[in-house]
Amino acid sequence: MRAAANGQPVISAQDLRKCYGDFAAVDGLSFEVQAGESFGLLGPNGAGKSTTMRMIGGVSQRTSGTLAVMGLDPDDHGPEVRAHLGVVPQQDNLDEELKVRDNLVVYGRYFGLPLSYLRPKADELLEFAQLSDKANAKVDSLSGGMKRRLTIARALINEPRMLLLDEPTTGLDPQARHILWDRLFRLKESGVTLILTTHHMDEAEQLCDRLIVVDKGRIMAEGSPAELIRRYSTREVLELRFGSQRNTTAVDELRGIGDRIEALPDRVLIYARDGEAALEEATLRGLHPVTSLVRRSSLEDVFLRLTGRSLVD
Amino acid sequence: MVSASRARRFGSWYYAEHSLRVMNSYRWVLLANSVGSPVVYLFAMGIGLATLVDQNDGGAFGGVSYLAFLAPALVMSAAVMTAATEFTYPVMDGFKWRRVYYGPHASPLGVHQIVNGHILAVSIRLTAGSAAYFGITALFGAAPSAWGWLSVPIAVSCGLAFGLPLMAYAASIREDKGQFALVMRFIVTPLFLFSGTFFPLESLPGYLRWIGWISPLWHGTEVGRTLSYGYSQPAWLIITHMAFLAGLAGVGWILAQRAYQRRFSG
Repeated sequence: MRAAANGQPVISAQDLRKCYGDFAAVDGLSFEVQAGESFGLLGPNGAGKSTTMRMIGGVSQRTSGTLAVMGLDPDDHGPEVRAHLGVVPQQDNLDEELKVRDNLVVYGRYFGLPLSYLRPKADELLEFAQLSDKANAKVDSLSGGMKRRLTIARALINEPRMLLLDEPTTGLDPQARHILWDRLFRLKESGVTLILTTHHMDEAEQLCDRLIVVDKGRIMAEGSPAELIRRYSTREVLELRFGSQRNTTAVDELRGIGDRIEALPDRVLIYARDGEAALEEATLRGLHPVTSLVRRSSLEDVFLRLTGRSLVD
Repeated sequence: MVSASRARRFGSWYYAEHSLRVMNSYRWVLLANSVGSPVVYLFAMGIGLATLVDQNDGGAFGGVSYLAFLAPALVMSAAVMTAATEFTYPVMDGFKWRRVYYGPHASPLGVHQIVNGHILAVSIRLTAGSAAYFGITALFGAAPSAWGWLSVPIAVSCGLAFGLPLMAYAASIREDKGQFALVMRFIVTPLFLFSGTFFPLESLPGYLRWIGWISPLWHGTEVGRTLSYGYSQPAWLIITHMAFLAGLAGVGWILAQRAYQRRFSG
């Protein structure tokens, strides 16, 4: 069932572009995704992540570049490509007038699947999504997390080789997110290729083997979460708060400590291999922050460094 | 198991199946509507009003009872009203409110199949509703001719002739500012009143008759009357009426396909 493990990438994009008038939403993306891999597209709002997802499914025609999904061009073979895709959109689009179970059955019909297959399959997926006891409930009675799980279950009705998840956990509470991550991790273990967009860095660290950071339609960096942290950040980060009046003046006195210093309105960040040592050094210089915190560097530090701290809407 | 070629062939039907399941989830409302509404109209207009009308001068209605004159028009207008609902709010729901179109859009289905599937499901609903309406008028003795049942497919095409251009319009609306309520109030209702529904179009002054001529409801009703009680008119006129309905539905269908393609790609 799975894509043959002959080293052929399941997605191969070269210089992918999508323009709306003069505006290039996607501006020359090139990447490959191997079968069974979990691949992330990270980027601020409007970076072109969702547009890229839509081009992969062939529901948005690219302006230029080449794209092969499971060996096919989605612009020419949309139905054939989508037959093996599962899509979890950013906004749920379940049919709220149908019961939970019927949402799965009806959706499965779109893939030409017979009811004799769909009925047991729907029950199996409801169990996977921990929604068995809601099978006959109306969709509008479900919580946000349940709807999300149902959307994922629906995307699995055709046993897709590849699952496209567009911000799968945005708007969910921590409990619901963790349940969802667990389910996605199981899918990954079973060999499904996952392509996900997110702007939750912890989610990317949890789920992605490899990712690209995209900004304004271009790739800013590519690699595994650990590689990216190594390349674009230090091992540890020391966060110091001197009170909003003092932060900027403190920066001058901290100069030379760690590899890089970043002054934010509310705190000063010192990127260093050894955070404790940096803190000691600061104390030796006679600086006494109100609070201090040493933590491991995260993907969030990489992301903010690459895409900037200014607000994108 | 998964089959893109089956989806290519039967996709429209799959979409229709989905819509019919949704309709089925409120079947009691639909049933009450399609039985209750004709019964109410037939009692009020066809029996109450008819007693008065028939006492005065039955001659105005080509020698048949007012009930027989009115019944085909009611069957047609019920189809138009149903189409007016089914091709407006559900379209907005599909693109905007609950975005239900975007589920199938991510499946192997093509955009044209979503359009055709929606039309197919509404056509099935129109057929069932018109058959029920016609059956009830027959029970009231308002459809004396043996060919009356043929007004069911005419009613379906009447509904589509009005509904498909509306569907194209609905797909082009990005923000609901009450446009559909305006359509109901200022297009559907006037057509209902001025399409020779309650009185022959000829009894209107000349400067109002054009409303009937451009109204699918009038063309459908004229054919319905011939089928239902043998109202006589030349064959070319009957063909013109049917061609008008088919033409309007055809243009509406093309426009709807285009509007959906544009909306999904934008």
